[in-house]
Amino acid sequence: MSVEAPAPPRLRPGRVLRAGPVSGLLRWQQVVVPVAGFAVLVLAAALSMGRGDFPIGVGDVLRTLVGLGEGPQQFIVLGLRAPRVVVGALVGLALGVAGALFQTFARNPLASPDTLGITMGASVGAVAAIVLSGGSSAGAVLGGLGVPLAALLGALVTGALLFALTWRAGVDGYRLVLIGIALWSAGTALTDWLLTNAEIYDAASAYVWITGSLNARTWDDVLPLGVAVAVLLPLALAAGRVLGVLQFGDDTARGLGVRVSAAQAAVVLLAVFLVAFAVSAAGPITFVALVVPQIAVRLTGGSRPPLVASGVLGALLVVAADLVTRTVLPQALPVGILTAAIGAPYLLWLLVRGRRRATL
Amino acid sequence: MTLDTGTELLHRAALPGEPPRVRLAAEHVRLAYDEQVVVDDLDLELTEGSFTAIVGPNGCGKSTLLRALGRLLRPTSGQVLLDGRAIARTPTREVAKVLGLLPQTPVAPEGLTVGDLVARGRHPHQSWLRQWSRDDEAVVAEALAWTDMSDLAGRPVDALSGGQRQRAWISMALAQGTDLLLLDEPTTYLDLSHQIDVLDLVARLHAERGRTVVVVLHDLNLAARYAQRLVAMKGGALVASGTPAEVLTEELLAGVFDLEARVMADPVTGTPMVVPVRRLR
Repeated sequence: MSVEAPAPPRLRPGRVLRAGPVSGLLRWQQVVVPVAGFAVLVLAAALSMGRGDFPIGVGDVLRTLVGLGEGPQQFIVLGLRAPRVVVGALVGLALGVAGALFQTFARNPLASPDTLGITMGASVGAVAAIVLSGGSSAGAVLGGLGVPLAALLGALVTGALLFALTWRAGVDGYRLVLIGIALWSAGTALTDWLLTNAEIYDAASAYVWITGSLNARTWDDVLPLGVAVAVLLPLALAAGRVLGVLQFGDDTARGLGVRVSAAQAAVVLLAVFLVAFAVSAAGPITFVALVVPQIAVRLTGGSRPPLVASGVLGALLVVAADLVTRTVLPQALPVGILTAAIGAPYLLWLLVRGRRRATL
Repeated sequence: MTLDTGTELLHRAALPGEPPRVRLAAEHVRLAYDEQVVVDDLDLELTEGSFTAIVGPNGCGKSTLLRALGRLLRPTSGQVLLDGRAIARTPTREVAKVLGLLPQTPVAPEGLTVGDLVARGRHPHQSWLRQWSRDDEAVVAEALAWTDMSDLAGRPVDALSGGQRQRAWISMALAQGTDLLLLDEPTTYLDLSHQIDVLDLVARLHAERGRTVVVVLHDLNLAARYAQRLVAMKGGALVASGTPAEVLTEELLAGVFDLEARVMADPVTGTPMVVPVRRLR
């Protein structure tokens, strides 16, 4: 028997897209938020590249970016200032997407690379490379790697530990957060120990790294991060469809035909790699991965942090924060201080204003 | 496309005189959580178009058995067969097109609408490119209409009452389009009238949609009223199986539930009705 459905007015809030064998659903916010975010990002990036000892107007910056610039301007914008902004944007993008992956998967907005200890692991690696390089032979090896590589290693080792300790024929979100917090504490203790034993000059440069900074980035810093994002981002977007089902919990997801353990492993590993490369390029720029997905889900609606919007807004937050530290403030601060200073009040405002609880 | 397309072709009904086909079977299954064995050496066959209720005291292993039948729990020995094929070796996505399940008190993510929830039921039929076909849309619309949830499609699941929420989940299971449906205590936390509402819906799925239904139920009177077959379990073993009248006897209630009770005919349906006297021991 077949009942005639009287075509209910709005089944799902969204617009149906169909072209040949391809079909999907999109809500208008899911398009408008990233597009608007991207437009603002381009503007902020152009402003940022125009600021400095040799000011350049936004129009000239944009002309230079599309290849119409003149000699000195081209060198200043593309050679000196663009890498800083591009690193900032890529780091924000990676952190935003990784945060959305972690939070959706763990069904817990507290799950972010900061609280899970992964950025702290990167700090341990970086600080060890800075502080120990003059001392023991092991320290010299670490110092020889260079700070970015040591940070990447620290993040990946912590990520592997997190994964190994949480894995029990699958990953439980709650367990992930608890073990992550334990790893974070261990990492903090280790970093503090390294710093207290450090020469004062080393300690100062380690502190700058720990707060997260975009100072003195070159195209050499862009390359590894750019390649990592180019590989990992499409994979993360492909995982998005399964993520929407994983959200229901293991039993329901398995009932709907998802290979839960494999999907969980893929999501966690993708997020760990995204964070590791981001942190290795700019230090642990805190709060982006925690706050941006929560802002994005409140702007787009829906039941989980959107990946694309989280990425774009993450890039925007880092680039804008970097712009503000260099222009508005009397002295240049590391960008990590400002992302927390901007992000936290905005999240609080959204939480106070919205009816939505702080859960997923 | 209707909700049932595809399945009739694969699974035609048994001809008169032919024994009904076994859809789902447990063969010598032993089920354990870590080291603790919950069910040992259990055999069970579920035939095409049957409506079976699994009953038994708390901790007897009935939910564990249902989880194993729905391949959520892998037997430590023995196997579960779906249409004669080992379910553990069948791709989980293929299983999801034939067998749907509703876990006990499932949780929907906050902010998810009823329409979105029911649409997720189409997941096993979708791919990365084909995320929302006309079939999906038609099936979801029909599942919503059939469960009387169309008007609530835009409402967040967490804003619904308990009874409505359960209807939404059943609607999702319906949209999944499977001809086997396993439900783990679908009436938990519902008041009596909503229990009846949910079980009426399940009974209609069985009667009008030809779904093969297995349900774990606590309430013996409701189990006897709705199911064609009762399976009674105690201490991880199958104790009795048959029609409600065959299974629900005063001796069985004493042996399985430690309950002294009278069994009489339900004045409405004539099925057995349990009137408890006192707990034994």
